[in-house]
Amino acid sequence: MALRVGCAAPPGRALDNKTGAWRVFKPVFDPETCSRCGMCAMVCPEGCVHETEEGTFEPDLDYCKGCGICEEVCPKKSIRMEKEEK
Amino acid sequence: MLEFMEGSHAVAEIVKRCRPQVIAAYPITPQTHIVEDLAQMVANCELDAEYITVESEFSALSACLGASAAGSRVYSATTSQGLALMFEVCFNVAGMRQPIVMTIANRSLGAPLSIWNDQQDSISLRDSGWLQFYAEDNQEAVDLHMIAYKVCEDHDILLPAFVCFDGFILSHTYEPVALPGQEEVDAYLPAFTPYQRLDAEKPLSFGMYATPEYYTEFRYETDRALYRAKESFIKAGREFGEQFGRDYSALVEGYRLEDADTALVAMGSICGTAKDAIDEMRDAGKKVGLLKIRTYRPFPGPEIADALSGVSTVAVLDKNISLGGGGAVGTEVKAALYGSGAAVYDYIIALGGRDVRKRDVAAVVDLAEKGKGDMFYGLRTEVL
Amino acid sequence: MAEVEQGCELFSAGHRACGGCGPALAARLLLKATGKNVIIASATGCMEVFSTPYPETAWGVPWIHSLFENVAAVASGIEASLKRQGRSEKVVCIGGDGATFDIGVLCISGAFERGHDITYICYDNEAYMNTGIQRSGATPYGASTTTSPPGACAPGGNPLPKKDMPAILAAHGAPYVATASIAYPNDFVQKVERAINTPGPCYIQVHTPCCTGWGFESGETLAMAKLAIDTGLWVNYEMVDGKVVKAKKVRRKPVEEYLAKQKRFRHLFKPARRDDVIANIQAIADANAERFGIDIKRKESSE
Repeated sequence: MALRVGCAAPPGRALDNKTGAWRVFKPVFDPETCSRCGMCAMVCPEGCVHETEEGTFEPDLDYCKGCGICEEVCPKKSIRMEKEEK
Repeated sequence: MLEFMEGSHAVAEIVKRCRPQVIAAYPITPQTHIVEDLAQMVANCELDAEYITVESEFSALSACLGASAAGSRVYSATTSQGLALMFEVCFNVAGMRQPIVMTIANRSLGAPLSIWNDQQDSISLRDSGWLQFYAEDNQEAVDLHMIAYKVCEDHDILLPAFVCFDGFILSHTYEPVALPGQEEVDAYLPAFTPYQRLDAEKPLSFGMYATPEYYTEFRYETDRALYRAKESFIKAGREFGEQFGRDYSALVEGYRLEDADTALVAMGSICGTAKDAIDEMRDAGKKVGLLKIRTYRPFPGPEIADALSGVSTVAVLDKNISLGGGGAVGTEVKAALYGSGAAVYDYIIALGGRDVRKRDVAAVVDLAEKGKGDMFYGLRTEVL
Repeated sequence: MAEVEQGCELFSAGHRACGGCGPALAARLLLKATGKNVIIASATGCMEVFSTPYPETAWGVPWIHSLFENVAAVASGIEASLKRQGRSEKVVCIGGDGATFDIGVLCISGAFERGHDITYICYDNEAYMNTGIQRSGATPYGASTTTSPPGACAPGGNPLPKKDMPAILAAHGAPYVATASIAYPNDFVQKVERAINTPGPCYIQVHTPCCTGWGFESGETLAMAKLAIDTGLWVNYEMVDGKVVKAKKVRRKPVEEYLAKQKRFRHLFKPARRDDVIANIQAIADANAERFGIDIKRKESSE
């Protein structure tokens, strides 16, 4: 790929970097207890928590770094962090 | 039609006709008359531009960068300490490939503080990636601004340029100048078409950082663009000649060099004095000529070697000093002439406004022919 | 569905911020507020570096980085250019506290004094995090950083108070100045919306805790931001035309609850308690509460 003049680039390429590989703990979402408030999606620094068709939420593990903010903010305690076996 | 006017006013008039859309500048002697004139033109609705009265030269060039990236033709002017304050932004603008044109009313750098002319300021930015064009007189200063915009905005180049003219010696001096009319300038210099710009319709990230995988290649690309600017300058200079009758298709220009044994090499207004001195020396039977460097960046090394292939002695007049390393132009001329057999001597001269007369030029030629050089010329040893 | 959501994210995943990064969340929320019709000018710093290694940009809107200290001047030029072209994009600067409080003050002062129609967002994580946690003008009194370490001659760590940037910018005549916190995302989003729709130069300082630099678990970023507010060490307020018009009220907790949870204040508790320094920090919180009237009195306990 030819270099773009002036070290400029179009959007999209950050997605090439799958930051999920950094993760030590994985968030496990329980849709049964989820109140669908959406705080987990609102506060994720990666923007990788998404609403499902049912209106509950799930993380995109390609990018989730396992920080645990979603677990901390969930008012229903329906997210728990689990050590990930790789 | 020739009009008699101050150099700074002539520059402001031609800048106006180049139709910059954003101007950001900070006042500094001896650049002030240019930006005062432009501010008045904007106030009078003669120039349809945003004039940003920034709080420093650092912000002046930073604002120019933003405006250029957003898609406007921009202009600034500065000198000396102001250019030094822009140091960091200068490298940034070149690396981000923004075609900004900036006038440098050349002045010395402190300490000691001096408002007077030499070329230390722009020469100190030689590694920054800006094209550098030097004017011998105010006509050339006017013409080089049009050429500079044309070269910088060439989508094959995309670089910024200094148009350098000597502070006070040119900037504050009245000379007859032919000022092209607006229609003529428009015919030569088309409206600005940005290669890429900040635009919500087509988002791009500008000025990203480069890891070691990419940094060298970005530097290489910018370096290649500077070398490509030689051809672009020659083309723009030739077209200028065809339209206006003043040809600038040469990166270096010889004066009475054809059969010369000794050649002076210089940049800027000192060339005019040197030409008069050469005429007198020629009358006295000395075979002396001058090579004027018009484009210091890109450096015309092969062109210099070609132009000086017949001379045995070369005397470089350096209005700067790379402290602890000699004159900057002399060092590069020596490299360009390496292996040619010519004896090349460097003279640090005309620093901080020290006047150079015809007899000084003749004295330099004498020193060179006696094999004495690589020295400060005209030191007042009585005060040392 | 997840794919669609991903597409809507203007600040995309794949950026290289630490897990639990407060500034990364601020960037996401900022773009939620601005939408696509914006041009972002970024100062050098953590956010710039973690989001834009060539060619992997995380920014889905036009974005420019030039230098550490010139973002407000670059934005001045962008704004002037857009004005000349009759374009409608909003111009937003983003810089960390080092870029804003310290090295960039000249350019910010100039841009605000000239009245450019720009919004300046300072993401305040209270030290130079990108270079390894050095003290800035935003570092709070008593915090340990790598250039304000506690020692025998400096038992309290950073001996200097946090600079009052909002007041400095309000004094420039900024029509809208606000502080915000990622602990209250909707409030931050609303303040950004208000700022970009207010003509003239506006300033928002958003508190963005840094788990790496402050020393707490990555999952506690929002909790730490909320504790800063609950102790009165951070006040969320709005200034319109130089006057404070609104400040978030709290039932204040002792500052010690906030301090004890962060490694940057550990020297105040171990090896020996520094009650003098803790008392000084409590006095800062008390002064904030007094100045902004944030204490919920017993009578108002229905709130």
